[in-house]
Amino acid sequence: MVNVLKHFAIFESGKRYTFAAFVVAVLVCAPLLSLMFEAVQGSIGHWGHLLTYVLPHALWNTILLLLGVGFVVTFLGTGAAWLVTAYDYPGRRFLTWALLLPLAVPTYIIAFTYLDILHPIGPIQGLIRDVLGYSSPREFRLPDIRGLWGAILLMGVVLYPYVYLTTRFMFLTQAASVVEAARVLGETPRGVFLRVALPLARPAIVVGVTLALLETLNDVGAAEFLGVKTLTLAIYTTWVTRSDLAGAAQIALSMLFIIVFLLHFEKRARQRQRYSLVQRMRPMTPTVLKGRHIALAWVLGVIPIAFGFLLPAGYLVVQVFKRMGQQTGFSTSLIQASFNTLTIASVATVLTVTLGLIVAWAARRVRDSANEQSLGKLFSRLASLGYAVPGTVLAIGLLGPLLLIDQGIEWVLGLAQYKVTTLIVLGSTAGLLMAYVIRFLAIANGSIEAGLARIPPSIEQASRLLGESSSRTLWRVHIPLLKPAMISAALLVFVDTMKELPATLMLRPINFETLATLLYGEASRGMYEEGAVAALMIVLLGLLPVILLARAQQRSV
Amino acid sequence: MSGKLEVNDIRVSYPLKSQLKAAVNGVSFSLESGQIGCLLGASGSGKTTVLRSIAGFEPIEQGTITIDGELMTSANQRIPPEDRHVGMMFQDYALFPHLDVKSNVGFGLRRLKPQTREERVDLLLELVGLSDLSGRYPHELSGGQQQRVALARSLAPDPDILLLDEPFSNLDLDTREHLASELREILKQTQHTALMVTHNHDEAFAMADYVGFMADGKLVHWGTVKTMRQFAKKSGAQ
Amino acid sequence: MKFHSQHLYSKEHFKTKYLASKKAFLVGALYASTLFLAFAPTASFAATPTNEVNLYTTREPKLIAPMLELFTANSSIKVNTVFVKDGLIERVKTEGTKSGADVLMTVDIGNLLDLVEAQVVQPVNSKILNEAIPAYLRSSNNDWFALSLRDRVLYANVGSGIQSFEYESLSDPKFKGQVCIRSGQHPYNIALIAAMIAHNGEAATETWLRGVKSNLARKATGGDRNVARDILGGICNIGIANAYYAGQMKSALAGSEQRAWGDAIKVIQPTFKKTGGTFVNISGVALAKSSPNRENAVKLMEFLMSDAAQALYADTNFEYPVKAGVKVNAVIESFGILKPDTMPLTEVAKYRKRASELVDQVGFDQ
Repeated sequence: MVNVLKHFAIFESGKRYTFAAFVVAVLVCAPLLSLMFEAVQGSIGHWGHLLTYVLPHALWNTILLLLGVGFVVTFLGTGAAWLVTAYDYPGRRFLTWALLLPLAVPTYIIAFTYLDILHPIGPIQGLIRDVLGYSSPREFRLPDIRGLWGAILLMGVVLYPYVYLTTRFMFLTQAASVVEAARVLGETPRGVFLRVALPLARPAIVVGVTLALLETLNDVGAAEFLGVKTLTLAIYTTWVTRSDLAGAAQIALSMLFIIVFLLHFEKRARQRQRYSLVQRMRPMTPTVLKGRHIALAWVLGVIPIAFGFLLPAGYLVVQVFKRMGQQTGFSTSLIQASFNTLTIASVATVLTVTLGLIVAWAARRVRDSANEQSLGKLFSRLASLGYAVPGTVLAIGLLGPLLLIDQGIEWVLGLAQYKVTTLIVLGSTAGLLMAYVIRFLAIANGSIEAGLARIPPSIEQASRLLGESSSRTLWRVHIPLLKPAMISAALLVFVDTMKELPATLMLRPINFETLATLLYGEASRGMYEEGAVAALMIVLLGLLPVILLARAQQRSV
Repeated sequence: MSGKLEVNDIRVSYPLKSQLKAAVNGVSFSLESGQIGCLLGASGSGKTTVLRSIAGFEPIEQGTITIDGELMTSANQRIPPEDRHVGMMFQDYALFPHLDVKSNVGFGLRRLKPQTREERVDLLLELVGLSDLSGRYPHELSGGQQQRVALARSLAPDPDILLLDEPFSNLDLDTREHLASELREILKQTQHTALMVTHNHDEAFAMADYVGFMADGKLVHWGTVKTMRQFAKKSGAQ
Repeated sequence: MKFHSQHLYSKEHFKTKYLASKKAFLVGALYASTLFLAFAPTASFAATPTNEVNLYTTREPKLIAPMLELFTANSSIKVNTVFVKDGLIERVKTEGTKSGADVLMTVDIGNLLDLVEAQVVQPVNSKILNEAIPAYLRSSNNDWFALSLRDRVLYANVGSGIQSFEYESLSDPKFKGQVCIRSGQHPYNIALIAAMIAHNGEAATETWLRGVKSNLARKATGGDRNVARDILGGICNIGIANAYYAGQMKSALAGSEQRAWGDAIKVIQPTFKKTGGTFVNISGVALAKSSPNRENAVKLMEFLMSDAAQALYADTNFEYPVKAGVKVNAVIESFGILKPDTMPLTEVAKYRKRASELVDQVGFDQ
């Protein structure tokens, strides 16, 4: 009897999830392994050139960019989160969700629009010249935004919502008692923020910053247009101009080491925080503001929204209206692209959140046995690696495995005497979906893991002792409690999928355009404004999940 | 009636810096049906580990744990917690925050018909004196009330054994005293076998029939309350 | 006390099954539909012959759409286009014999040669193509064919007074802080630099590149059109870009932004010191090795060499047609008579790798 039980061990409830997490981890690692395979095909002499001329500068640029963006998003994100949780003033509700708006603007669009807006012949400098009395940009112009500083500021102003989201949630649900304790002990408001709230929120900040930095690493559009040679750009160049897949794969792998380090640091930072067994999830009582403080709060709150959303979106709207005069309404390709974008983003979201839940559950902190726990954590970390890989590189990495799958399917069907004349997975939306899932699993996993961490293990133990298996517990207890985390994950994944560009360009089926690829096709001619319609649509469509997300957060707390 | 617990020479270890440290070493005791036992000891003595092994959350290296003659845990086998029919009260109550009192108490009764389930929930709420709070949520209750809900919830599926993990440590002194005697009364009424762990002597002696003293993973003494008092006097009342 | 009167459970040690509750059903339905959508109708097209032709291209759709529409109108053959930014070769190679690609279209001689080297093309023996295209603009093995020409020229501020220009002068210190150009690693520039190496050798080119870099007014980034815009904006006075952009800008609607950019510049056709010729690159096609619709593919390729199509290249794209006798767009004509550099492109292409490495060595983009 005992031996029979042992054989069934792998399907025992806890282990089932670990196995599923294992499968997901393998799926995510497949393109990475494929990349390694490609990299090895390259020559050493090659490496020499890269090491001497390309890598040092690209690495330096990338590190500076990451540090800069990290600082900006922490500053903006935590400040914004505190502004809307610790204080009460008329219009606070509005600010709470409005601060999420820049999330709808992808980095490549913000770079495009600001290059236009801030160009010497653009509206802002034109205005300044009018005010100062100059007639030509040759008499007076501001320095160019192209460069590292420009990239840091622009990316920071659209990526801070990642930090804002996680930190605000943390402040709202966890900070109440400690903040009140601090206030009672006579701490100044600034002290409360710096000495109590900020340290408490550290795990949330770390998660948010990591996401923002990974997003930064992935970006190619903004870096390209702002002239910052990052590692990702170096990968592109090596591949495009020298058609050198092996070299590109080599740089990609070295990038991955940085990212593994980043992720490791993030997990360590999270582990070092003690998970408070705060059962009472009551929100913090904010300080009511009076008089000019209200105005100050408003000004502070509106600045990131204005720079990260209002200005670029407004500019796009103006451009679209200008074009409307020339165009004859919306073309069918635009409508088709919109439909495609919505569909594939929805499907990708459902898949990603589910897999994220499974992986997070397998890695959770219940000590069933020491081995299983660390395996689960390992798979969770592996499954998060996909986000680190730039879209194009991931796409190249996927070509091999997808082809293998197709060959596998063909072989299986061949056994049944069925001849296959087309590619089934490679070149269908399935391949593209796989890329999306691999890339964005980290978001779902991270959000759900953070949510799980807030549920004490005794809850699961209680449920299991009341007769529910691990799966049933997940279903009846944890999923209802994880709703905010899952919604947050779903919406972030949805928006990110919609904005995704490089992998989509490479893996999509024939004649399948998304809004992003449509915009890109137009923009690559250098006529950014004509892609304004597609860009505006991306931003508008991206707004919906942002607003829903804000509402969901408000309702759940 | 059921609920005889037999713990036989169990050892539980966990990895510490590439070695194995024994949290529980060679512990044996038993409880007859309807008896209330208590493991007393300082933190780190291994008492909670024993409790969790009985619940099925800790694997054991050697020895056996048996309930009603059926093997629950041994070195080779461990029946999962959900199949053990063991109830547990947690130090932090572990009430499901998204469910109201009624649903919390009825949680383990999923397989019953709704009608039967409701009757049973009402019965239990009456037992712990919370009948008029059935619609409230955990965060709306006081500590003592939450603890009663936890009790009702754990007793609802009629477990063979009830485990209690420092059930009073989060309560104030008055509630503690009050609840301790009430709890004993209830358990005696329902004739459930129970095992409690605590570091508080007074509670142990007030609640239990049998008390065991644990230190450094070993069960130093196991006996009736009377004999334990004598033992405590002898070893200089810690 | 009714506590123990019922046996609530029988003792079981088997796993409980997942209850078929309403919720579970809904979730199941959700996943089923998800999976269905995932593999839905957008599967890749058949690698079996149809009355269509499948074009894989790196050119922007708007640039070639007019020719393709005309082709379909004339021949009733539908054209399915895949626009691939990068990785054209990789995509075709991986798809292998199942690839549905018929015609591979790209720009820059280097890219075309890469296609041949990767063995994803097959030769086309077509009298029409061979007669329409001069020998130096197609492969001697009939592997690839040029469709249009684009010269890389100097955009100068209209007030600058420059009348003629040599590529080598770009590094002249008198132009310090006045030069705008896109990334040195961009294929258009790589080809130009490779040509420079072919003309003057590596050492001289390196010196030249360093000189150009120190003359830069702003980072080497952006597109070719930005050169015109930045000249208008006063950021720089001269820059290097493809001529057809100038053609487009100067022909844009009066009062539009593009027009303003175009009007701010004057196009000068620079020459190499040695040969007195202007650097010219090509856009071209090749027939995919495992093309399923070979006949239609060849028809498309031949159509692109027809007078009608070539005229479109001239008039809508502002490029130089390959076929002799096709008129060039008037605006382009106004830039001057093109004297193409006589250095063979296949020769130039040999130095591409070295050019790219030089750009890194000199730190041009940094």
